Amino acid sequence: MSFSFKGLLSDRVPLEEGGGKERILPLPLTIAGIAIFFSIPVIFKVTGLSSAMYWLEVLNTVGLYAILALSLNVILGHAGMFNMGHAAFFAVGAYVTAILNLTYGWSILSTLPVAGLAAGLFAAIVAGPIIHLRGDYLLIVTIGIVEIIRISLTNNIFGVTGGPNGLMGIARPTIFGFKIARPQHFFYLIWIVVAITVTLFYWLENSRFGRALKFIKEDPVAAEGIGINTTRYKLMAFVVGAIWAGFAGTLYASRMRTISPGSFNFEESVLLFTIVILGGSGSQKGVLLGSFLIIGLPELFRGFQNSRLLVFGAALVIMMIFRPQGLLPPKPQRYKLPPPWDKMGQNGNSSQAKVSLSKKDD
Amino acid sequence: MDFFIQQLTNGLTVGGIYALIALGYTMVYGVMKLINFAHGELFTLGAYIGFTLLVTFNFTGLFGTVIGLGFSVILVSCLVAVAGHLLERVAYRPLRHSDRLAAVVSALGASIFLQNAIMLKWGAQRLAYKPNILPNVSVNIFGQPMPFIRILVFLVAVFVMFGLYIFINRTRTGMAIRAAAIDQGAAKLMGIDVSRVIALVFIIGPALGGLAGLMAGLLYGPINFNMGQIYGLKAFTAAIIGGIGNIQGAMVGGLLLGLLESMGAAYISVAWKDGITFMVLIVILVFRPTGLLPERVAEKL
Repeated sequence: MSFSFKGLLSDRVPLEEGGGKERILPLPLTIAGIAIFFSIPVIFKVTGLSSAMYWLEVLNTVGLYAILALSLNVILGHAGMFNMGHAAFFAVGAYVTAILNLTYGWSILSTLPVAGLAAGLFAAIVAGPIIHLRGDYLLIVTIGIVEIIRISLTNNIFGVTGGPNGLMGIARPTIFGFKIARPQHFFYLIWIVVAITVTLFYWLENSRFGRALKFIKEDPVAAEGIGINTTRYKLMAFVVGAIWAGFAGTLYASRMRTISPGSFNFEESVLLFTIVILGGSGSQKGVLLGSFLIIGLPELFRGFQNSRLLVFGAALVIMMIFRPQGLLPPKPQRYKLPPPWDKMGQNGNSSQAKVSLSKKDD
Repeated sequence: MDFFIQQLTNGLTVGGIYALIALGYTMVYGVMKLINFAHGELFTLGAYIGFTLLVTFNFTGLFGTVIGLGFSVILVSCLVAVAGHLLERVAYRPLRHSDRLAAVVSALGASIFLQNAIMLKWGAQRLAYKPNILPNVSVNIFGQPMPFIRILVFLVAVFVMFGLYIFINRTRTGMAIRAAAIDQGAAKLMGIDVSRVIALVFIIGPALGGLAGLMAGLLYGPINFNMGQIYGLKAFTAAIIGGIGNIQGAMVGGLLLGLLESMGAAYISVAWKDGITFMVLIVILVFRPTGLLPERVAEKL
């Protein structure tokens, strides 16, 4: 009975977002994993691990790169624009924070929105004329932008960037009178921001905006044809990614207390690019995994100082040969057909399958 | 005026080196649509092999200047060509049918690998070609004394580019390369072995890149294990300015970039030299999104 209804109705049922996403781990396990992760500093403290501070610093670095890579993921992974100059926006954020803090005495937290906005504004200005460039041309232009930024900073542009030595003595952030200074404090600050980033971009990915970007990435001509203003959406993606990189710049500046042009070079952009592609471009889980592998894993091999990068390069080649789609590529989005009628739909074949699937998940 | 001529010849010489490297980028891109990020490292490899031959083994002392130098040029080109061929076999061939971004990351990995391999082999400190490898003579051009090496580098670059131009446009093999660049599928149907074309491109390009490395060493002296990065970036910029995939474009782009750079350094500011290069790149691409000489291959929609 219901089968025939479905057949009759299928052509007029619109595809609607059903949120039928598959999880790698069941929800309780994920929550437990996050809880364990966030108690790492406590575990370190209890066990009295001798190199605890070092590993916390490593995790903090991983977290910062994760924020940056997640923001690049919006541009590169979702919108499919080859941006190899992401460090430029990071640099703008970090320098805005440093200058506002050192010269004008702003608190770090109050510089955060300004840093993000400055990076976003900068992205809007530079990306505007180049957004229409195709893949590889965009790639070289973004490399050009990050180089221009680095050269400008080195040459002490406007006399505020401190030249090649950079800026020193940036303050620590204070939240409600609590000064964040030690690695374990930064651990929580950085990883909470990572969590916020993941949540926000997850929501963004599944919004109208995210779907439009996905469409543009898959087929720009068809997207344009269906009435999506591709230029506007691409520019928005660029600006959103840049704003977030600006925020990461604020965190970086107050964590390191010293910033110099060398930290924002082409290699940094290449590293971020690699994290996104290696992890699985477009997939947040993949990007997080990529940050751990590319930033965290080499720390385990500190002993082999000299050949470490040699192995790293070879590993990139091998990984790409065996998993060109990245480690955790995004799953194809699944949309659930809404039941034909509110109640009778439960009998429909396909919707029943989906229901049982989501039940298992919960 | 004298100063201007100095800068002009200087720019043309370094432009010749950029053009030779850019040819490698543009040929590979033309056939495979891949940015070979490891190409800059092949250039470095050429400079280092040249160093071993000319300084460590003292080829010019053993065989005389002309034969020794000629021998080094041939050996450097061949060895770097072998390296380029191996690179294609190992890092790019398995990825030929996968996503382009995967190939880009593989290229970046290969670049990191090669750079560090060179560092481990020859050391991290900079080495220098001895200034007395070539007789230190000057030739007068427009009443200006011009070091012989500068003229030699420029002439060799022009000669090689001319040879390549003839090869690509006048021979059957060259025609096969052009066909593979325009449409690989159709080229296959016409009986062209595209795999062999790609292999060939990965022999010619690296050979030119290695030669450029040797010339850069002779021209400037000091060499460094990460010199390939900035040269590679500049040469790639040159290829893009000329219109990537277009062989004449790479030549024009390289020379233009060399001139821009030396004029920019001389008349504007040395510190902003590289910044000027990239600003010009952006300006050119804003107004001509596919480079000065348009790319021959239309993008498929």
